[in-house]
Amino acid sequence: MDAKTVMLQRAEEVIDAYGCKKENIIAIMQDIQAEYKYLSQDVLALIALKLDIGVAKVYSVATFYENFSLEAKGRHIIKICDGTACHVRKSQPIYDAIYNYLGLSGKRKTSEDGFYTLETVACLGACGLAPVMTLDGEVHSKMDPDSALALLEQVRKEEEAAG
Amino acid sequence: MSEVKTLNRQSFEALQASAEADLKLAQGRPSVLICAGTGCIAGGALKIYENLKNECESRGLHVHVGLTHESHENKELHIKMSGCHGFCEMGPLVHVEPQGILYIHVKPEDCHEILEKTVLGGEVIDRLVYTLDGVAYPRQQDIPFYKKQKRVALENCGECDAEDLREYIAKGGYKAFEKALFEMSDEEICRTISDSGLRGRGGGGFPAGRKWDSVRKNISDVKYVVCNGDEGDPGAFMDRSIMEGAPHCVLEGMMIAALAAGCTEGYIYVRAEYPLAVERLKTAIRKAEEAGLLGDHILGSDFSFRMHINRGAGAFVCGEGSALTASIEGKRGMPRIKPPRTVDQGLWGKPTILNNVETFANVPQIILKGADWYRSIGTQGSPGTKTFALTGNVVNTGLVEVPMGTTLREVIFDIGGGIKDGKKFKAVQIGGPSGGCLTEEHLDLPMDFDSLKQVGAIIGSGGLVVMDEDTCMVEVARFFMHFTQNESCGKCVPCREGTKRMLEILERIVHNEGTLEDLEMLESLSATITETALCGLGQTACQPVLSTLKYFRHEYMAHVVDKHCPHCNGKKKGLVIDPEKCKGCTKCARNCPVEAISGTVKQPHVIDQDKCILCKACIGNCAFGAIREE
Repeated sequence: MDAKTVMLQRAEEVIDAYGCKKENIIAIMQDIQAEYKYLSQDVLALIALKLDIGVAKVYSVATFYENFSLEAKGRHIIKICDGTACHVRKSQPIYDAIYNYLGLSGKRKTSEDGFYTLETVACLGACGLAPVMTLDGEVHSKMDPDSALALLEQVRKEEEAAG
Repeated sequence: MSEVKTLNRQSFEALQASAEADLKLAQGRPSVLICAGTGCIAGGALKIYENLKNECESRGLHVHVGLTHESHENKELHIKMSGCHGFCEMGPLVHVEPQGILYIHVKPEDCHEILEKTVLGGEVIDRLVYTLDGVAYPRQQDIPFYKKQKRVALENCGECDAEDLREYIAKGGYKAFEKALFEMSDEEICRTISDSGLRGRGGGGFPAGRKWDSVRKNISDVKYVVCNGDEGDPGAFMDRSIMEGAPHCVLEGMMIAALAAGCTEGYIYVRAEYPLAVERLKTAIRKAEEAGLLGDHILGSDFSFRMHINRGAGAFVCGEGSALTASIEGKRGMPRIKPPRTVDQGLWGKPTILNNVETFANVPQIILKGADWYRSIGTQGSPGTKTFALTGNVVNTGLVEVPMGTTLREVIFDIGGGIKDGKKFKAVQIGGPSGGCLTEEHLDLPMDFDSLKQVGAIIGSGGLVVMDEDTCMVEVARFFMHFTQNESCGKCVPCREGTKRMLEILERIVHNEGTLEDLEMLESLSATITETALCGLGQTACQPVLSTLKYFRHEYMAHVVDKHCPHCNGKKKGLVIDPEKCKGCTKCARNCPVEAISGTVKQPHVIDQDKCILCKACIGNCAFGAIREE
């Protein structure tokens, strides 16, 4: 079975687990995205079919909420907190440094090699540790541009070493 | 947990008694509390927990996790993962009982020493103790940060094992629910909450009792209780801490609300950014269900109640009541026109009690200790306490709970320890993107719903972001407008278009490209949006701009008129003539449009920085490359 079929099969399991109920659409999409990091067109069409609603309706919900991504993402996801506390403790220079480090441009948020995706996140509520970033969900506190880049380098090296 | 079976009233009371006895026993034993809030976990609290457990095992010490009545004759230690202690700046935090010692910035490798010296030897490790102005404060209760606080909503946060139902019960948990269930009528519950003067902690400050009573009086086959845990205000994390640290307290508050208004289903809507809170609430619900505190015929009564958790998906506007219920229903989270109000037609069009986390967390104690007790705290119009998330350029970032009416000065300077790095206080943003900034002149203003309203700010959910003298307030206003613009749901034109235009203007101003007309335009747009936007998000979106324009107009002027902001652009640039290279040809002086250059022929010339307008005509005219910008 190819990866696409596996993904759709898995998506179907999730939808069934929620009893194919319309009101669970957000939870369904969250669970699928938790596994695949994004929602593909096929997945959205499947959701529409199984919940017996229009594809447009599914898109309307998927595009409304910031957390849903309709594009595939890199292997590791970096999120820079964009809350007020992090902002006044200088989070923007960290974002800029990583943006340059990954060679991103315009709206492209994933590095050329598909290793990292850079995003911002609304306040994580870890304001005491500002500025914070997360790497694959793990919170790293009191960052600055240098320590952020060092962390990314380290992960890349570790993975290269592991092959 | 073996003892906790499906309970009726009698067996619940028996459980209470035995849990209390165990707690008393446990309090005599040495115990270590590790703060396991999001902040401390990011700092390595889980590793500390593991290390400590391993250290104990290698030494043959029996480790208790959770309350038990086993005894191991002094060769034992309680290790608890508690909720947020609030002192996030100093994390990871470790609290050692019975001495009441608080250790800060603890590292996993310190566990050995903590066990050896403090737990077994009763000695204090100076290096891990909090010090201020040369004074060491080994005991938590003496630390100035904690001394001025009064904890009601946060009472159990940081003291209890957040996941231990038995410990919550031992500390009086679900007693208020039991009282409400068996000894009070629905009307009495509503009256008690009304009399206590409890007002919604989510921002609006609407009297909770009145809301509950409206739902109670509404006749409907189904009614709902919804807890708003969509704490989207950037720079606020008190609800997160309560959900993580005292999840049962939130459940109990909701269950009492359900009793008061005859609701059968409860929903907690939590932000997706708070995975730990979701986890802890799920565990709490599961344990309450297992014990028979949730489900059918609770404690053997006729009351049945179920709870569900909904995770948000990253939309700030879902903090608005009608948007939140739409989101629970699986729709786009867009607010609708009111009335009908949520109490009449909320979730799925049914009467719904909607309050935020902190409001529900206050309820059990009000029921237990009475309305008069609650009224004895805080001010006349705003009884009780309020939790604030103190962040920004302040020494002690963290979670603070104080009686309503406490002044900003007390919170920022006495509890917060003042401004970081010895800098000067400039402003504090209160209430997040919907609030305003307050300045030096407001420091002695009592913080309560009504006093803040008078000066154009709101308590909001309770975020306090402190800004020092180096902060550019225009940039801060731009930041908030960017946030609101991004989060505008797009349903109504004033908010969708208005905030966009305002953001464009603010960006222009920040880049020193604004004009004086822009300032007038900002004011005029603000007035329109505030008056015509559909929901609270739009109606309050302009508050940060209006309040910074009011109190920091000179900073806007620096950007607009001087085209140079000392905070954003650093020291003002100037043109200088290198005396070594200048031949005194006078060409620059003759070509300067504002006669800023002077000097005698064949002598090096100088530029008067006050007159210079940085047009750089002189640079183009100098044949010797003697003029440069620095």
